[in-house]
Amino acid sequence: MSLFSNTAVLLGKELRTEFRSRELLTTTVVFILVVVVLFSFTFDASSAESQRFAASLLWLAFLFAASLMLQPCFLREQSNDTLSALRLSVKDPFAIFAAKLSANTLFLLLTELLMLPVFSVLFNVPVFPVIGRLVLVLFLGSLGVSIAGTALSAISAQARMRELLLPLLLFPLLAPVLAASTQVTVGLLDATPFMKWKGIGYLVIFDVVFLTALWLFGEYLLEE
Amino acid sequence: MTLPAVSPVGIRFENIDKRYGGLYALRRVSLEIAAGECMVLAGRNGSGKTTLLRIAARLVRPSSGTLTFLDNRQGAIAELSQTGFVGHATMVYDELTAEENLLLFAQLLGIAEPAARAETLLAEVGLTDRRKSLVRTFSRGMRQRVAIARALLNEPSILLLDEPATGLDPQGVTWLAETLRGMRDAGRTILMSLHGESEISAMATRAVRLEAGSVIADTRTGASLSSILTFAGA
Repeated sequence: MSLFSNTAVLLGKELRTEFRSRELLTTTVVFILVVVVLFSFTFDASSAESQRFAASLLWLAFLFAASLMLQPCFLREQSNDTLSALRLSVKDPFAIFAAKLSANTLFLLLTELLMLPVFSVLFNVPVFPVIGRLVLVLFLGSLGVSIAGTALSAISAQARMRELLLPLLLFPLLAPVLAASTQVTVGLLDATPFMKWKGIGYLVIFDVVFLTALWLFGEYLLEE
Repeated sequence: MTLPAVSPVGIRFENIDKRYGGLYALRRVSLEIAAGECMVLAGRNGSGKTTLLRIAARLVRPSSGTLTFLDNRQGAIAELSQTGFVGHATMVYDELTAEENLLLFAQLLGIAEPAARAETLLAEVGLTDRRKSLVRTFSRGMRQRVAIARALLNEPSILLLDEPATGLDPQGVTWLAETLRGMRDAGRTILMSLHGESEISAMATRAVRLEAGSVIADTRTGASLSSILTFAGA
C-alpha cells in the first residue's frame, strides 16, 4: 500500500513542479515541432513516399524529444540533494522510479498527442480514423521509452559527461521499442490501416521485462 | 519546543572503510555513540565527516565494516526508520512552497496528520508567514530552516546534521541550539559536524576529530572538547 500511496504523492509532486515551471513540456513541444516541420520539407506531402516514411520520422522525432525530456529527470534531484531526502522518506525506492516514469510517460504522451494533428497535416497522413489504436501504440512505446530512459537517467545523473552518456546508452537500448513501434505505426498509417499485433506483443514484453528489472534492481541505481 | 520522549537509539560503527576509487574517505573508523549522546564531528574539509554522516543515514554504503543501531540495552535494532538528516544541501524543492515541501515529505513518511505536523513545524521554525512562498524565493537561512523542519518531521530518534548552522543568522543559531538541546534532553541521539565553537557546540557531550578519514581524537571532557572543536594543537 505504501508503494502506491508514495508513488501517487510523488507523481503529484512531479506534475506540480512541471506545470509550475513548464520547463520540460515547453522546450520539448517546441523542439519536436521544429523537427517535424523540418522533416516535412524533404517530402512531397501528396506522394506515397510520405506515407512510407512518416511513421519512422514520427518515432525518430519522439526519440529526440524523449532524450531531451529524460535528461533532467534525475539531474533536477541533484541540485538540492532532494534525491537523498526522497530515499530517506520512502519505504520502497521503486516508488521514486514509478512516479518518475509515470510522469515521463504522461509528458511524452501529451507531447505526442499535441504533435499528431500537425504531423497529420504536414505529412498528409490521416491519423484520426485510427486514433484509438494509434494511442495504444504511442502509450506502449512511450512507456517503454520512459522505463528504460528513467533508469538510464538515474545512472547518468551520477556520472561524468552525463549529457553525453544518456543518449549514448539510450539509443541502442531503445532500438527494439522503436522498431516495434514504427512497424505497428506503419501498418496504422497505411492506405488500408491494419494492426500488427505481433509488434504490440513485443512492446508489452519489453515494457514488462524492463519494469520488472527496474523493480528488482532500481534501488542500486539510486545509491551513491 | 516540547518533544515526546522516544526510545533512545545508539549508533555503532565498526571498522568502517569507504573508498571512492583508490581514495579512502574513511579508514577503519570504529565509534560507538551511546543512546541519547550528542556528538560533534570536527575536522578539516575532506576529513570524512560528511561521508560518516551519510553512512549513518544509510545514504552511502560503506566499502567494508558494519553499521549497527542499538537500543538502550545495546541490542541491535533490525529496522530503523526514524532518522532525521540535514545535509550540506537543503534537500527541499525550490519549485514547491515551504508548506508543500513539508506536506510532501510528511505524506511520504506516512505521518498520521501531515498537514497539522507541517503547520506545527513551520511555526517552530518561524516560517508560518511565508508558508505559501516558493522556497526558491527564500534566503539561504530560511531554506536551512525548512531543511531542519523537514528533518524533524518524523520526530526522529537519531538526528544527523551536517553543518546545520549554515546560512543561519545569530537568532537562527540560537533557535537551533535551543531546539537541539530540547531534542537531546528528550533522549534523541545527535551526531553533527561543526566548524569551530558556537552555541550549538556548547551542548555537545562528546567530540571526535577526524583527519584523512581516521579518528584521531575522541573526548568527553570540557577543555579537550573545546580544543578539538577549535583545532587547537592540530
